[in-house]
Amino acid sequence: MTKEPGGAFGAGPSHRAVEIGVAVATIVFALIVIGGSAQVGFNWASDGPRAGFFPFYIGLFILVSGAVNLFQAFSAFPRERLFAEWGQLRQVLAVVVPAAIYVALVPWLGIYVSSILLIAVFMRWIGKYGWSLVAPTAIIVPIVAFIVFEKWFQVPLPKGPIEELLGF
Amino acid sequence: MKNIADRGRGEMEEIANLFTGFGTVLQPFNILVMVVGILLGVIIGVLPGLGGANGVAILLPLTFSMSPTSAIIMLSCIYWGALFGGAITSVLFNIPGEPWSVATTFDGHPMAQQGKAGEALTAAFTSSFVGALFAVIMITLVAPLVAAFALRFGPAEKFGVYFLAFCSFIGMSKEPPFKTIAAMMIGFALASVGLDGMTGQLRLTFGFTSLLPGFDFLIAVIGLFGIGEILLTMEEGLRFKGRSAVINPRVVFQTWAELPRYWMTSLRSCVIGCWMGVTPAGATPASFMSYGIAKRISKKGKNFGNGEIEGVVAPETAAHAAGTAALLPMLSLGVPGSPTAAVLLGGLLIWGLQPGPMLFVENKDFVWGLIASMYLGNIVGLIIVLTCVPMLAAILRIPFSIIAPIILVLCAIGAYTVHNSTFDVMLMMVFGVVGYILKKCNYPLAPMVLAIVLGDKAEESFRQSLLGSQGSLAVFWSNGLVGTIMALGLIALFWPFISTAWARVRAMATAKI
Repeated sequence: MTKEPGGAFGAGPSHRAVEIGVAVATIVFALIVIGGSAQVGFNWASDGPRAGFFPFYIGLFILVSGAVNLFQAFSAFPRERLFAEWGQLRQVLAVVVPAAIYVALVPWLGIYVSSILLIAVFMRWIGKYGWSLVAPTAIIVPIVAFIVFEKWFQVPLPKGPIEELLGF
Repeated sequence: MKNIADRGRGEMEEIANLFTGFGTVLQPFNILVMVVGILLGVIIGVLPGLGGANGVAILLPLTFSMSPTSAIIMLSCIYWGALFGGAITSVLFNIPGEPWSVATTFDGHPMAQQGKAGEALTAAFTSSFVGALFAVIMITLVAPLVAAFALRFGPAEKFGVYFLAFCSFIGMSKEPPFKTIAAMMIGFALASVGLDGMTGQLRLTFGFTSLLPGFDFLIAVIGLFGIGEILLTMEEGLRFKGRSAVINPRVVFQTWAELPRYWMTSLRSCVIGCWMGVTPAGATPASFMSYGIAKRISKKGKNFGNGEIEGVVAPETAAHAAGTAALLPMLSLGVPGSPTAAVLLGGLLIWGLQPGPMLFVENKDFVWGLIASMYLGNIVGLIIVLTCVPMLAAILRIPFSIIAPIILVLCAIGAYTVHNSTFDVMLMMVFGVVGYILKKCNYPLAPMVLAIVLGDKAEESFRQSLLGSQGSLAVFWSNGLVGTIMALGLIALFWPFISTAWARVRAMATAKI
């Protein structure tokens, strides 16, 4: 594992702020669901309830529970409690950012090349391993995936220009 | 008299079916599939970030080319393996590989620190096995009866069963009720995106073509449980500092000689586990509850937490019994008792099988093959884990910065193969970040996943019932059967209030005496 980044010990976003954020996001989600259901109609037609009928009431449930959670976030959470320390969040982002780039690359490069890049970058950057360990791991894992999925179980995985050049 | 004779004949038929099932499972290919499944499952259970539910979800596409029976054997064996594997990390590393093995760390890890890792692991594995066996026997006896009974269900009763399942989530979960409701209802809303099956109309897509097929719950499972778990592990920045363990036959037999002393704890934990598994509360609360009760009742209760073998027996038995029992409502009613059971149910649908009472009539071979594989899978599992502990502990010593990107790649492959769509891979990432935040804020994820799985069916039965009654909600109280199911649902929903009120009444009564 990597060393904890120093200096940021004991500070971070408050748990209360995150709770409030989640509750507000729930409410926004509820409004979207209710709006979408209203678009297709949530009342009864001649042949029974219309398509928006069920999601409309689900939306109302989300709205109410979101409102209760928002209220409780304001009343029940002490300001001092941290959601996580900045150092911890940096660790989380160290996964989220490469992973997000990875899933964005998959449609363009295919899953094999992107996986080689992800494993290499991750091990090199976060694990601080030498290339003698990084290179074999990054190359062997996609090859094993290729053999298991495409050859044994005949499940095709996304491929990019490089695989096309190689004739797959 | 005729009735009894009928029932006798029914039981004979079931035993015959079970033996046909054993015949199916004992085919060489299926035994191979079973061993591979267990090994994969144990590895999944040991690795952080890969759990039973998302492990099965990722490997589901591998089974598309198999026959449904071989496929379900493989997937359910992965599940048994994951249940066994969780104990290894708890005992040796004090890190629960799965949420249901948290309670196992309380006494399991202290035992390992005292140099009794072998005893702790043997006790854990054996208890798991006993719990599972108890639950499988229960499934064998009860599932056909439940299924036969459920054949009488109309849409209102079907909705009643869903209602009961979801209400027990709200009433039983440790999370705040409104957070449970919010998570669950978000799941229902996600399930309703896309084509409405009854009117053929598009809804909640807001013009985005990528939303047309709706949200697949497998993507949600892989994201919420897989990616979310990796993020949590990164945040905790955990280091694996484990005890080593070798299990030699002498330790195994010594422990086995000691275990019968705790038969009462075992039996109690089996019952708790089965109960909690059938009602969709799941393995995790079952293990905590069983540990808590054992601690209160046992003579050595005060020593719990310092490495008491009974403190390993209780949670492991209950967790495994609950994990297994969760398949009972999945098979007989089509209502999964846990997220992993939900993923297995999704598998059944993909293989073209309709879970629920008709399965017992139309796909007998499949059902009894699965039940037979539960017996054999757990025996094979016990042997494998007892012999492979050193190898599995070695896997855990691989640093997380090597494991994490590999798990990410596996999750991406799993998400892609569900519909061959790269959009799903991105969606998985979104679910992962959302899952991390929700988990940190104490929103339960299991009801959300179950709602995504069951949303369409719950909605269909709800709307069909209302169609029959011209929109009157009274249809859910229209006869004794549906009324009883709905009433049970309400009791489950308000259970926290009912139990505190009951405790108060009892306290007042004792005060008077």
